[in-house]
Amino acid sequence: MTAHPLAAARTPAESALAEQFSAGQGALPLPEREAAFRAFSAKGLPTRRDEAWHYTDLRQRLTKIAPPADAPDDAAVRKARARVSSLVADVTHFVILDGRLVANLGSPPSEGVSIVSLGEDARAGRAAAPDLGANVDAVLALNGALAQGGAVIRIAPHAKLSAPIEIRHWGSERDARSIASRVAVEIGAGAKATIVEYFEGKAGDQRNAATILDIGADAKVEHVAVVEGEAALHLESLVAKLSQGASLSAFGFISGGELVRRQIFATLVGENAKLALNGLSLLGGRRHADTTLLVDHVAPHGESREFFKHVVADEATGVYQGKVVVEPGAQKTDGGMKSQAILLSPAAVMNNKPELEIFADDVVCGHGATVGALDREQLFYLRARGIPEAEAEAMLLEAFGFEAIERVGDEAMREILRGKARKWLADRAEAKP
Amino acid sequence: MLEVKNLRVEIHGRPILDGLDLTVKAGEVAAIMGPNGSGKSTLSYVIAGKEDYEVTGGEILLDGENILELSPDERAAKGLFLAFQYPIEIPGVATMTFLKSALTALARQRGEKEPTTADFMRRVRAAAERLKIDQDMLKRPLNVGFSGGEKKRMEILQMALLEPRLAIMDETDSGLDIDALRVVAEGVNALRDPKRAFLVITHYQRLLNHIKPDTVHVMARGKIVRSGGPDLALELERNGYRDYAEAAA
Repeated sequence: MTAHPLAAARTPAESALAEQFSAGQGALPLPEREAAFRAFSAKGLPTRRDEAWHYTDLRQRLTKIAPPADAPDDAAVRKARARVSSLVADVTHFVILDGRLVANLGSPPSEGVSIVSLGEDARAGRAAAPDLGANVDAVLALNGALAQGGAVIRIAPHAKLSAPIEIRHWGSERDARSIASRVAVEIGAGAKATIVEYFEGKAGDQRNAATILDIGADAKVEHVAVVEGEAALHLESLVAKLSQGASLSAFGFISGGELVRRQIFATLVGENAKLALNGLSLLGGRRHADTTLLVDHVAPHGESREFFKHVVADEATGVYQGKVVVEPGAQKTDGGMKSQAILLSPAAVMNNKPELEIFADDVVCGHGATVGALDREQLFYLRARGIPEAEAEAMLLEAFGFEAIERVGDEAMREILRGKARKWLADRAEAKP
Repeated sequence: MLEVKNLRVEIHGRPILDGLDLTVKAGEVAAIMGPNGSGKSTLSYVIAGKEDYEVTGGEILLDGENILELSPDERAAKGLFLAFQYPIEIPGVATMTFLKSALTALARQRGEKEPTTADFMRRVRAAAERLKIDQDMLKRPLNVGFSGGEKKRMEILQMALLEPRLAIMDETDSGLDIDALRVVAEGVNALRDPKRAFLVITHYQRLLNHIKPDTVHVMARGKIVRSGGPDLALELERNGYRDYAEAAA
């Protein structure tokens, strides 16, 4: 093993991560793991001095690291199998249990889809190692170094999947664990697919997940991530590369996790690529949820749209950072970003930061960010018609949140998300004195 | 039915209503007329329970019960309805969903049976037809993109469905052309009932050609300065409000 010099003031958490790496249980091939850990070590855990992490000082917040999850035992697999059998049968679904893809836990893949475990062969591992160029991110690097497992999904060129591929990220152990996993998806030219990832966390769990989407020419992909439960830490990186004429529509739903960071790195490398990043965060209690985007227009005639809604209650904190870069060669880029937040309590905080960096001269780009309270005139109007305050608030919040959900293409998925949003609002109304 | 006694209201420390007295009986249509800035809209909002105002004195009794401590929705449940001068647009809330929620909430608060969907649809359709509201309008988000006339008709539709005991019409004629005014007035007249009272707030006499009041009150400087019969409205139309502004000063 080579030495891994961290910054002089290595924190206990950073030391624990270094020990996990040295224990050598990662699923990616060794050269990739070593390169990834070197990239992490060079920077250490991100702090508020890192621009992309300004509102989420991970080094300060992450005081200790939970022990890594072991591979699930037979009893855990049996239990997960019983649970998985209750899920809808007509979509391709599988489970990443304790960070590992477990064989035969889920449905067989539909035609045109292959799923292998991340560690199955070196080729799979290499496919799952993305190149972010200069935008090295310590958390994504750490994921590469520590990923215990995951999956490589290949969707054949021109395959048109009629139903989504669902990935359930579950944990089986009773005690708090750290779980790192990676899913790499290669979408063949002209293919069409929807991928849904459900992240479920139990109290104390620390997750570092990454999803790599390599989208072939003219392929059409929809990705939905659902973050629920009570994980202490949910770090998630979505890395997407869009080839010529490819399109990606991604949606993030966050209602759980104590400390959540969803980061999306999307690069439009081919001409005429089309990107839509959308999301809805419903934050209560003392949750902190950070959505940070880096959209990089490399090729001309690209289009990107970002549309995020945040409802922040109690003492929760929301963060949105959206950065769109238009490279010198990316003429005729069409970009538009919107991030809107409603604060429901005086102690709720929203940090809203859209950003454009434009190096081409023939582009159309705009952004807007708003933070406000519920509209008092609207509330009074509803209440004057006999609708009680809590219900009137829920109606307005539902309207606010559903506007983001409308951007999801898959109707069944929209209905699932609407149900989750409604439940959050109902739970909140119920908890109100 | 409605008794307002010595009502004093301030907003940001500035007095708006200054010892206002008003009584409206069941079955009565009372008009309140007055110059701009006399406090007419404030009176309607304060009766409906809007929270931006500070009530510094007096009472508002509905059927003998002081409603000042009640929330807007509780007042609605007691049978109060305010037709807004500027109905609020609520994007994302479907008109039908809103109407159903309001009817259900009122039934629940009044301890009545909640309407079935079929019954609800039937009632909405019948009321919409009377008010010349087409079905497409009902499919849109509440008041969003409605013309001024459409918004006012939607207020009357809500009033017809919610069957209030006391309806306050705040400048319902503003922004209406003569045809829309007639439709709205017919909608109101159809709801006249010995058990129901109306408080019609208006700047101009023209609405009162279509909704004939039983009593007319002149409001100036935050109080009622003169009360009379329907002829008072005609006198105001001829002479304007100048006398009253001076009288109150």
